[in-house]
Amino acid sequence: MAGLAKSFGSGAMTNSIDEIEGADAIFVTGSNTTEAHPVIAYRVKKAKQNGSKLIVADPRKIDLVKYADLWLQQKPGTDIALLNGLMHVIIRDDLLDKKYIQKRTENFEAVEDIMEKYDPEHVAEITGVPAEDIVKAAHMYGEAERASILYAMGITQHTSGTDNVLSIACLAMLTGNVGKENAGVNPLRGQNNVQGACDLGALPNVYPGYQAVDDEEVNKKFSEAWGVELSDEVGLTVTEIFDGIEEDEVKALYVMGENPVLSDPDSNHIREALEQVEFLVVQDIFMSDTAEYADVVLPAASFAEKDGTFTNSERKVQKLDQVIEPIGESKSDWEILMELANRLGHDWDYSSASEIMDEIARVSPIYGGISYERIEEEGLQWPCPDYDHPGTKYLHKGEFSRGLGQFNPAEYIPPAEKPDEDYPYVLTTGRRLFHFHTRTMSGNSPGLEEQYSEELMEISLADAQRMEIEDGDRVLVSSRRGEVESKVTVTDRVPEGLVFMSFHFAESAANVLTNPALDPVAKIPEYKVCAVNIEKS
Amino acid sequence: MKLTINGEKLEATEGQTILEVAQENGIDIPNLCYSPELKPEGACRMCVVDIEGVADPVTACTTEVSAGMVVETETPSLKKMRKVLVELMLANHDVECLTCDKAGDCKLQDYAYRYSVKKVRFEGEKTEFKGIKDDNPFFIRDNRKCILCYKCVNLCKQVQGEASINLENRGFDTRVTTAFDLPLEEINCQFCGLCVNECPTGALMEKSALRKARNWELKKGSTICPYCGVGCELELNIDENDQIVKVTTNSDNVNRGQTCVKGKFGLDFVNSEERLTKPLIKEEGRFREASWEEALDKVADNFGRIRDEFGGDATAALSSAKCTNEENYLMQKFMRAVMGTNSVDHCARL
Repeated sequence: MAGLAKSFGSGAMTNSIDEIEGADAIFVTGSNTTEAHPVIAYRVKKAKQNGSKLIVADPRKIDLVKYADLWLQQKPGTDIALLNGLMHVIIRDDLLDKKYIQKRTENFEAVEDIMEKYDPEHVAEITGVPAEDIVKAAHMYGEAERASILYAMGITQHTSGTDNVLSIACLAMLTGNVGKENAGVNPLRGQNNVQGACDLGALPNVYPGYQAVDDEEVNKKFSEAWGVELSDEVGLTVTEIFDGIEEDEVKALYVMGENPVLSDPDSNHIREALEQVEFLVVQDIFMSDTAEYADVVLPAASFAEKDGTFTNSERKVQKLDQVIEPIGESKSDWEILMELANRLGHDWDYSSASEIMDEIARVSPIYGGISYERIEEEGLQWPCPDYDHPGTKYLHKGEFSRGLGQFNPAEYIPPAEKPDEDYPYVLTTGRRLFHFHTRTMSGNSPGLEEQYSEELMEISLADAQRMEIEDGDRVLVSSRRGEVESKVTVTDRVPEGLVFMSFHFAESAANVLTNPALDPVAKIPEYKVCAVNIEKS
Repeated sequence: MKLTINGEKLEATEGQTILEVAQENGIDIPNLCYSPELKPEGACRMCVVDIEGVADPVTACTTEVSAGMVVETETPSLKKMRKVLVELMLANHDVECLTCDKAGDCKLQDYAYRYSVKKVRFEGEKTEFKGIKDDNPFFIRDNRKCILCYKCVNLCKQVQGEASINLENRGFDTRVTTAFDLPLEEINCQFCGLCVNECPTGALMEKSALRKARNWELKKGSTICPYCGVGCELELNIDENDQIVKVTTNSDNVNRGQTCVKGKFGLDFVNSEERLTKPLIKEEGRFREASWEEALDKVADNFGRIRDEFGGDATAALSSAKCTNEENYLMQKFMRAVMGTNSVDHCARL
């Protein structure tokens, strides 16, 4: 998100989900759409039927490849090289939108400088994608009247994640594909309310509505609104919090509806920190691997048991209604938080979720026009600054949120960890259709469990034959962080040298293996590439 | 362009079908195989309408409008035609509405009522099927209730893209099935539930709802799916014990009436026996149940003590991409205004 905010001034999907169908070319990169966002995949397939061109860049032969006009099977962690290669060809073959670049963007010179050496042959060497396919893809994307890019964690979960996103933004601006209907840059959000959690300031550097905590004006505004003095020091990110516990600087941790033991990189490190922290409270709907470490566990009401709003990937604030009574003695998270605040000397007095939204609208301009009354029937897409505003279908129309779109091209840097003699395979991670994140929800759904009840690590036929491994065999996978056991499936979905695991299962926890090396700006760990060794167990 | 339907002067654009224009204007033309997501199939013939100057009725779903067109949708002869169509469908249908779980939410039943089909006049041979297919944890397939509208086949092919099911045989022996009649779990079925959502009869039904309640007894509540970031709007169908019996959806939302396996069949975790129901406090390494009073006091005491002793920055919180906007707002407000630190984050990066 940091990358898009820097380039465009706003870090969210530029378009609406429905607009995907109207694109003339769709470039899907780092998104296993059919499994992670199936309903968005329906739109992509429909676009294809409508005559749109589809380019898929992925090291794995994901299902979407079946529908693609062109599949760029790149090596993991070579996104910038690939994107730069496309831009090189677009510049070389004059597929630029010069008028757009001149009128709406800045810093184009930097692009010309950097792209010069990324000729298709050079890029083919780095990425493993044939030079002719790079040229074809550049033309397919560059010649389209309306081209849309869809990406997800396959782009961001790298040490170069922010640079990957900046490069995607460059590609889109180069061809004039931001700020118009159907064309744009669309990060698909993985969790139902990850957009909302960011929008509402569950981030250490910003208040709700992306207002910086170290901005004096903003600090004053919130101090007044909440009637307390507020810190202007940027707080700690998830990974920094766990480091802080290890250094004994963080002594109390509140975990609401998360399961970092399975979702965070280098699980063993997280477990040590949770063991060490002086006081841990976990609030969740199920006992989780993280909750096992808690001093106090609070039972939360699920989505079906409360009123509230979620903001989806296309920035649409949608209302959910309480459908059933809270299970057992569980309570809504907002009620629990209010009771705690009041025990700690504050005087919070919200009688409903709707009242909280009214306060949100007062302090965060992008939600300024949101009220329960307005979204009762249909949601509204932010920015929605006032109660008469109809919401925003696509961003950056006429002008970018930051004024001019900024080109920030990047150089290719290899992933932090490369395979070597001791750890000769590359492990990449992701999700599966039948499960979600750490399985707190999907693992408690018997039907989904029946469909996929244990991890099956994907390995190529060539690698499997060399190690004499067959479908269903157990292997020991080890990295510099730890080791796990997993069953395997021998498949052509992965090429030789690459293996894939999901991070859903505690028994085969991929994140024991993953590299906590962070992207320096977004602080996202490199989940998509780490070096592992595999032995038959 | 202008046209007239049932005496009403309406505005339409070129390329629209009669059915589309009618639906836009709140005119209800019966249909079983139509979906705005699909290419018109014209299989069920229920949408037949009369056009002035055209000798025979045409199907509204396949006929494009033209300027000055005058359309009638509910004349006595059309009603009679539809009645015969419903009778023909029922003649090769297992009519067990008394116990069918689809009753009350069945388009075939609705049209039988609307056109007063009291008795099926065309008794005769019925297509033989070997009972209900129960080959997966999510839904059953009952070909004895299939009316061959092809909606499931078309959705699977045109929206999901998998074409897991298709038509087999011809004429009287036509039926919907998988390649070589293989179980769904052994083929490329994604269990997205598109076919189940749209089946107009009881041929495809959610297993979780069988023998649980009549449709009119279920309470429906609107919600947003808790899984990925698409934000599909779903309806939870709840029985009198607050159990989610099935998940349905309507078409007026971001998902346009479509689902994936998690949203359609994976929300039963809500009623899981494993849910946390009471606060827990750990003592000597083991959890014991506690009252809310005691648990909240303990959390407040510890967070207050650590804040006062070491400063707010000695506390931190992980908020949640699964919680609502309002809850995320309160969590960051709690950490910032009550604890005095900006150390609040969530798993956006993970």
